[in-house]
Amino acid sequence: MTPAVGTALPPKEFAVTRADLIRYAGASGDRNPVHWSDRHAAAVALPGVIAHGMLTMARAARVVTEWTDDPTSLVDYQVRFSRPVVVPDDDAGTVLTVTAVVTEIVDAAHVRVDITATAAGAEVLTRASALVRLPTAR
Amino acid sequence: MALNPAFVGRTFPATAPYLVSREKIREFADAVGEPSPACRDLAAARALGHPAIVAPPTFPVVLTIPAQRAATADPALGLDYSRVVHGAQHIASDRAVRDGDELVVVVHVDGIRASGANGILSLRSDVSTVDGERVCVVRATLFARGTAAA
Repeated sequence: MTPAVGTALPPKEFAVTRADLIRYAGASGDRNPVHWSDRHAAAVALPGVIAHGMLTMARAARVVTEWTDDPTSLVDYQVRFSRPVVVPDDDAGTVLTVTAVVTEIVDAAHVRVDITATAAGAEVLTRASALVRLPTAR
Repeated sequence: MALNPAFVGRTFPATAPYLVSREKIREFADAVGEPSPACRDLAAARALGHPAIVAPPTFPVVLTIPAQRAATADPALGLDYSRVVHGAQHIASDRAVRDGDELVVVVHVDGIRASGANGILSLRSDVSTVDGERVCVVRATLFARGTAAA
């Protein structure tokens, strides 16, 4: 069944820790030191070590992939990175809160979903949206 | 130093083939916290209609970010990578990346412009199999702080 415009997807909260950044650096090959060194972050005037934008984008996608129960359901996915996600050197890290809502019924098999991601009370992604293939279209 | 506008429209040679493995997919899925069994188990992937284990949606950047270095690391472009901020990302998928895919990336410079004191570099990476099947098109917008285009 096609969801209605305005349907909210189940929101998710993710803790992002320094250990997560190290693991993503290894898996993705992005070894930019602003994602693991306070010294390098300070040298380029960042408030601290920041998360990889692509890690934030990947985490935000999970709101969709867990809704559809299909990791391949984001046919087209775009974001703008509006603010860095600063990750403190502690065990709690930073909490990323992701919500999403259906904004358009594209056809019987696809809907458009707008995604909102916040950390420390501020939006870290803007104009984040995905064209999503519905499970019934498989 | 301004970004060199002569790079607009430039296309770089295809990268060497990248063989996608199920262990790399699993490692990436673990790193982004994607729990789907279809990223780890062939039977689960087949149940979703895929012929092989499938990668999470942002997996193509494992290939495209290194491929972009053909442009971003060229001294003639004038980009100081320590000043680069990732501005935007767009992934348009024809199909999911799969275990066993042999993929090549062709990087294009779609645009260079100025916004205030910042240079803005738009790169497009076409990802296809070695047999020429298009898998996805990945667009990245990079802001170079304090390096406005001429």
